[in-house]
Amino acid sequence: MNRKLLVWRQSGPKTTGKMTRYHAPDISPDMSFLEMLDVVNERLILDGEEPIAFEHDCREGICGSCGMMINGQAHGPLPGTTTCQLHMRHFSDGDTIYIEPWRSGAFPVLKDLIVDRAAFDRVIQAGGFISVSTGEAPDANAIPIPKDVADAAFDSATCIGCGACVAQCPNGAGQLFVSAKVSHLNLLPQGHVEREKRVTRMVSQMEKESFGSCRNYAECEAVCPKNISIDNICRMNRDYLTARSV
Amino acid sequence: MYERITGEDPYRVPMRIFPAPHYTMGGLWVDYNLSSNVSGLYVIGEANFSDHGANRLGASALMQGLADGYFVLPATICDYLSEFLGESVDDQHPAFREAQQQVRETTEQLLSIGGSRTVDDFHRELGKLCWEHCGMERSAGGLQKALELIPALRDEFWHDVTVPGNNEDINQSLEKAGRLVDFFELAELMCHDALARDESCGTHFRIEHQTAEGEALRNDEQYAFVSAWEYTGKGHAPRLHKEELTFESVELAQRSYK
Repeated sequence: MNRKLLVWRQSGPKTTGKMTRYHAPDISPDMSFLEMLDVVNERLILDGEEPIAFEHDCREGICGSCGMMINGQAHGPLPGTTTCQLHMRHFSDGDTIYIEPWRSGAFPVLKDLIVDRAAFDRVIQAGGFISVSTGEAPDANAIPIPKDVADAAFDSATCIGCGACVAQCPNGAGQLFVSAKVSHLNLLPQGHVEREKRVTRMVSQMEKESFGSCRNYAECEAVCPKNISIDNICRMNRDYLTARSV
Repeated sequence: MYERITGEDPYRVPMRIFPAPHYTMGGLWVDYNLSSNVSGLYVIGEANFSDHGANRLGASALMQGLADGYFVLPATICDYLSEFLGESVDDQHPAFREAQQQVRETTEQLLSIGGSRTVDDFHRELGKLCWEHCGMERSAGGLQKALELIPALRDEFWHDVTVPGNNEDINQSLEKAGRLVDFFELAELMCHDALARDESCGTHFRIEHQTAEGEALRNDEQYAFVSAWEYTGKGHAPRLHKEELTFESVELAQRSYK
């Protein structure tokens, strides 16, 4: 199969980038999207050009490193799928594929398709944890947790922090990520004690970063590779209002 | 996940199962406090050797990361750090300068070779070599061959690799090249270890040592020990230290999967 690619090339954070055309001939439909880029990069290096920089790590859809806009969609056309789990069989022979980095003011481009997602880390640092005293770790199952609560917390905890929600949002809002992290901890008894402090700190850090405001477009939910629900945003807003009124 | 990778629905089409390289069994030597033999250097999770024997079960990475990070390290590293409370560290220490100089020289060398093969190309060849000779089954002949082929490939790498770009900004080819330099060292060490262990044990299957039914045949008389290999410098063969395994509550027996 042959593909034409239009890829965003940008040599550094301060330089101007542009879409550059490449050909990707002889691509097997069983290759993953990232393997296709590996093949393109091998050829670029042998032609004396710089390869396309993109982030990747586990290639199993669990680390959250890879992420790019593919034909305008975060992680490409397959629902509930990260870029590394997308395979070339989902594209037709001769297609032109547009590949861009996450598009958001909160995620400045570092090089080509790599963006700086440190804004997420700062939100986590503000409150995405449970403070525990030192000493012996508690026994497992010492604190009973109802099944529905455990399930809801787990669903929120599946967020891998890839940033697709922000990249797809017309406003570049960070609500789905932040609310998934708030919900994951606030729902559990271990996180209950600090829930007000946590939601206040994480929301105010989110507002300090360059994210936009949530307008309930729900584009984030549509592209989330882990199918995180916007229910989390309602829960976070409720917790936040409760915390503010105390 | 299976359907995404293969394009086949496992509820309709039988699953295709094939062997694949997993993690390494073993890692850096540590004591019970997870301290390596370098004072102050602690090694946790899959980077150390402590929790795996000749076999390694799936999802152990998570288990060992949690056990070492959650239970062991908080109780041991603090003890070491407490000796240095209030002391500041700077980059003027001779060891720091030496390491910095070494990294700078390696980086500049990698960027200046300008050969005809990519890092990935060498990586694939090294992987294939290990798969052939130090993979699912090993033999003395194959391992000896690998111990000739790996240094030859490494020499070729240092003469014919091409690493584009510079060391001023993000350079993923340079990152990969640095990792591959380490992989050459690891691959050679694994072959040394597999050659020295003249028995079959766990995932180490030496074709010379098998039962009539093709199961792994151990030699507990001679090989009931953990091999700890000491680095003796560039270009020198590693030195073996044997840590005897003693069993008090269980008897060593042949494992049966029947």
